Amino acid sequence: MGTRVMAGVTFREAARKKVLWMAFIAGAGFLAVFGTGMHFQATGLHVSNQAVRHQILNTSVILGLYAGDLLTILMTILIAADTVSGEIVSGTIHAIATKPITRRQILLGKWLGFMGMLTVYIFFLLGGVALLGYVIGGATVEHFWRGLGLVWLESILLLNVTLVCGTAFSTLASGVIVLGMHGVAFLGGWIEQIGAATHTQGAVNVGIVASVLMPSEALWRRAAFEMQSPLASVLNISPLGTFSVPSRIMIVYALIYLLVALGLALRRFRLRDL
Amino acid sequence: MQQAPSSTNLAIETRMLGKTFGSKVAVRALTLEVFRGEVFGFLGPNGAGKSTSIKMMLGLIAPTRGQALVLGSPAGEVSVRRKIGFLPEHFRFYEWLTAEELLRVHGRLYGMSKPKLGQSIPGLLNEVGLWPHRDKRVRDFSKGMMQRLGLAQALLNEPDLIFLDEPTSGLDPAGRKMVRDIIKAQRDRGATVFLNSHLLGEVEATCDRVGFIKDGEVVETRRLGALIEGEVTVSIRAGNLSPETLAMLAQRVSSLKTNGDGVTFYIPSMDALPDIVRFLVGKSVDLYEVTPQRLSLEDIFLRIVGADGGL
Repeated sequence: MGTRVMAGVTFREAARKKVLWMAFIAGAGFLAVFGTGMHFQATGLHVSNQAVRHQILNTSVILGLYAGDLLTILMTILIAADTVSGEIVSGTIHAIATKPITRRQILLGKWLGFMGMLTVYIFFLLGGVALLGYVIGGATVEHFWRGLGLVWLESILLLNVTLVCGTAFSTLASGVIVLGMHGVAFLGGWIEQIGAATHTQGAVNVGIVASVLMPSEALWRRAAFEMQSPLASVLNISPLGTFSVPSRIMIVYALIYLLVALGLALRRFRLRDL
Repeated sequence: MQQAPSSTNLAIETRMLGKTFGSKVAVRALTLEVFRGEVFGFLGPNGAGKSTSIKMMLGLIAPTRGQALVLGSPAGEVSVRRKIGFLPEHFRFYEWLTAEELLRVHGRLYGMSKPKLGQSIPGLLNEVGLWPHRDKRVRDFSKGMMQRLGLAQALLNEPDLIFLDEPTSGLDPAGRKMVRDIIKAQRDRGATVFLNSHLLGEVEATCDRVGFIKDGEVVETRRLGALIEGEVTVSIRAGNLSPETLAMLAQRVSSLKTNGDGVTFYIPSMDALPDIVRFLVGKSVDLYEVTPQRLSLEDIFLRIVGADGGL
């Protein structure tokens, strides 16, 4: 019961945050730009070979999904960064934590609320990109649901890491730390791609270490690999990283990382003074 | 008549409860007993450890030593929290909720059913004077209105034990009277009220007993009625007061201080005054003026805690 109440109130709290509406407005603007671009690309593209045409439009959609993924990452961190630390500072948590519910229920409720909100946002943004790509350009996304699931996992992973930080640091510090960690993963991912393209094992290793430290970008790169056209997979011609594809082991590792982060957040929140 | 403490009639029992933050000792060794059904005032200067003590009793802060039993169970247990109400010093909650929605959320966190909440919320909002504002968003509330709403959420579950941390903070005189009336009504209902307040007048008007905390320890716990009615400060202006007489007087009274041609001291009750006067006359002291004065809670507070206790 307590978890359900907290999930409901957190969902509504998140829905009232300005940052969320800014993210939705930015997302709508982004979809408008993407749709317009897709329209001109589809009507202006004079390629007789349908396979090449499909490849080009699919790549455009993947780029759109990539931008959507970045917006989702930012939104995840921004809405979740102050949920624990901010409520401790404001004293809001005192009225909640003295009610007959466990701290585990409080944090799980918050997690569920944010998870619900992020699911809606990911459907809106990435689903919007795929839909516009199909309706305007006739471009289809391979393994769309699998890719969407991986992006969702990436978002939940970042949510969990943000919650861990929120139980230990201030709102600002939490946001900076999680963004910094994702920055490391992002940079490592690109170094790994370039390393794989130029057959530089050292650079590939840097990327792998970065993914071990923070596997968020690895989840996106796997999603991009799943969603790109078979031709791009075979020819390694996508600009978004198919030279070094994160393995299934890395996805399992990310899943474990995500669960450990949630467990750590629950433990820290249970033990900390409020 | 003070009750004999036992686990059944104690609402709160702490033994050597302590909390250290790094090298800073917030609460040294708090030993305290609060009886069921009484209104207990928790008094002390700033930084004495009152808020930390309350948070430990509520399970918000884990003690580094000692133990606290609340309603017979270890502090912070979920089953105990079902019977507790708490008004934090600065009550805050999601500002986008209306007053009625806020109480509904808190009621659901208490596990109360919708029909029960439907019955309780209008009465409580009425009691704290917020019924006309029930549909107003909390963000539009003044500090006093917020405090009233915080009080309502603390009473929502008809708690056996209510912690009120500075309940009159931000309230106007009418609001303060409302708080006093609510505290009395809760006591009449049989609830225990643990009141932390800097406003000694409020404490004097509502509490049965008070505990004085200083440097993280309870230095004195006394019944308030007996305290106010009993102890008397006496100022005497006199001549021919020899050092020997003063030494003998000091054995009969407490806190004797000389001041020019006068002395001041405390006696346990007005009944002791005639004997003191007879003793001085018997020692050939020239008495010009004897002024007995009952102590206010503020006098007692300053005497126990010290004038610069919070500095």
